[in-house]
Amino acid sequence: MPERVISFAQAIAEAVEGIMEEDPRLQLIGARFTGHTKSARVMDPIMERYADRISWPPISEIAYCGIAIGAAITGVRSVVEMSTATFSYEAIPQIVNEAAIVHANSDGRVCAPVVFHVLYGIRGAGAAQHSGSPQGWYWSAPGLQVAMPATPADMKGLLRYAALRSSGPTVLLDHQRLMEGFGPVPEGPFEIPFGQASVEREGDDATIVAASIQVQRALEAADVLYRDHGIAVEVVNLRTLQPLDHATIARSVKKTGRVVVTDESPEDAGVASVLAGIVASEMFDSLRAPVKRVGVLPVPVPYAKTMEDFVTPRVERIVAAAREVVGR
Amino acid sequence: MTSNERAATLLRGMLRIRRLEEKLIHLAEDKTLIRAHYHLYVGQEAAGTGACSALRRDDLVFTTHRNHGHVIAKGGDPFRVIAEIIGRRDGYLGGRGGTFHVAAPEIGIPHTSAIVGGSLPIAAGTAWAAKLGRSDRVTVVFFGDGVMEEGVFYETLNIAQLWRLPILFYMENNSVTPEERPGRGSPTSSHAAKALSDIPRAFGIDTTILDGTRVDRVARAVGGLVARLRAGEGPLFVESRTTRWPGNYGSFPRLPGGDTEIGWAWDQAAPVEEVREWHAKSDPILLWARECERAGTLSRDAIVTIDREVREEIEKAAAAALASPPPDPRAVLENAYA
Ligand SMILES: Cc1ncc(C[n+]2csc(CCOP(=O)(O)OP(=O)(O)O)c2C)c(N)n1
Ligand SMILES: [Mg+2]
Repeated sequence: MPERVISFAQAIAEAVEGIMEEDPRLQLIGARFTGHTKSARVMDPIMERYADRISWPPISEIAYCGIAIGAAITGVRSVVEMSTATFSYEAIPQIVNEAAIVHANSDGRVCAPVVFHVLYGIRGAGAAQHSGSPQGWYWSAPGLQVAMPATPADMKGLLRYAALRSSGPTVLLDHQRLMEGFGPVPEGPFEIPFGQASVEREGDDATIVAASIQVQRALEAADVLYRDHGIAVEVVNLRTLQPLDHATIARSVKKTGRVVVTDESPEDAGVASVLAGIVASEMFDSLRAPVKRVGVLPVPVPYAKTMEDFVTPRVERIVAAAREVVGR
Repeated sequence: MTSNERAATLLRGMLRIRRLEEKLIHLAEDKTLIRAHYHLYVGQEAAGTGACSALRRDDLVFTTHRNHGHVIAKGGDPFRVIAEIIGRRDGYLGGRGGTFHVAAPEIGIPHTSAIVGGSLPIAAGTAWAAKLGRSDRVTVVFFGDGVMEEGVFYETLNIAQLWRLPILFYMENNSVTPEERPGRGSPTSSHAAKALSDIPRAFGIDTTILDGTRVDRVARAVGGLVARLRAGEGPLFVESRTTRWPGNYGSFPRLPGGDTEIGWAWDQAAPVEEVREWHAKSDPILLWARECERAGTLSRDAIVTIDREVREEIEKAAAAALASPPPDPRAVLENAYA
């Protein structure tokens, strides 16, 4: 398939257009997707073209998420675009306590394939209530799939899989700071099935396991580590936390024996901690050093830039962690 | 207070908010000072100023993402408000909260949620505590019409009424046309109810509709409501209607007509086309200046002088805020756990 380089936001627009075209019953509840970014207008043509299948709901998150679940149960799929991830906290009773359990509770007879799309993380000046990272919470709800694209191609393929093929509910978390990032994306429709991590960069000295924006930060860290310290790291892009591609992580850990796990959610009890636990318990025999975690420092995200930068799992913190596991 | 003093106090209060927020728009040209979108109270100054003029210092106020005006109206220091909004150490919250969360615990604004509906039950909680403690402190919670789309609104109203809490629900319906401001209906694009004021009434909560651009009427009406709350007649509800300022149409505020000229109160043709009608019909500050001049409670000279004094005050506050250092990043690790 021919590839060309487009932005993450353009990939969202292509993905949404593709799924709307393929499934003529598919509904969008909200359709902004890109937040307050330079790319805010990228969805305009799609909003116009599919206006009759886009509902703009009142500020009633718990109700419209539940409505999407009900519609999905009876065969109408929707993608619910909730904008800032913290707004989805208003809908947690429906997402976590209903959508997640529908399939298991019906002994496999009922499905609720809804995509809940949110913009998570430290976007810049979002302060405590507009910088939230709920991926760990959603991952801890059995029955929910959690997708976190790192590249424009990931976004296009994962959204298509979630919206058209998957039978289960998915929380798809995008990071606003990825929107203007560019990458190669196949032109036509394609899917990335869940649970398939990709190795974005190969290396022998240490493995960095990450998703979403932390993959991009890990790749930057990898450049610095190689250039300044002669350390060659391998970067594993998880793409989905649930299902998790244990095999790809294990293969890399077997090769390197040293692991940094990083995610832009709280370091304690967040995604990095869960991943560290999995690596330590399942891949202990491969490990030659304790696993290091790099996450958001344990405070509500502050507004002032000095403080905000300090709590963010920045490139420098990943570099420091990798040097520590490698020992130079 | 004489009627002249009262006229001056209300005008000064509203101008403090307007001049501060105009200053913010200028500061925001430097993207390192205000790094993301923010919400202004321009056009709603009479509501916050009028309502807070009826409160004591120990009464409690809750506000929203659109909080700057309420904090100033409750007695907030413009220097510390601006410092917070630009993320500096002398801000009310040490720079942790920014524009979304400006609060001032020392003057009765303990916590500001930027989540639609986030403050409503908390405000009912401070009212409950006052009632349990047999205190006559009241709570006023300011919130937007959008909150009536959230379920928490209905749950909170119900409990507040069942438990007879001393709280004023002050709902600011801020996208009403000038013609509809005095009417019964208050359509919003996202609510099925024809009149939002029917909703609290269905809970049996006494509800007052106010033109929120009329500072004097707001002050008097809320004065009466607060007295009733202190006498145990809560909860009460206000729908306060204002008309959206053209600079507030997008997420990022603009100054389509430049800074407000106080002289537009008597020279109504002066503002640029885009904002002329708004300043003529819906600008609470110019409406009040005009009314005071006509009633003889304030002369033109007095009005111009008050405006000049406020501008100087805000310029000084902004300069001091800009001189305040950014917070030490390591301090962020303090206070996460109490
Ligand atoms: C739970 C939640 N959902 C969505 C938002 C995003 N949001 C911020 S302000 C706003 C509109 C609020 O309208 P209104 O209450 O009328 O207040 P106004 O901005 O008009 O003052 C929305 C939807 C939010 N902050 N919280
Ligand atoms: Mg409103």
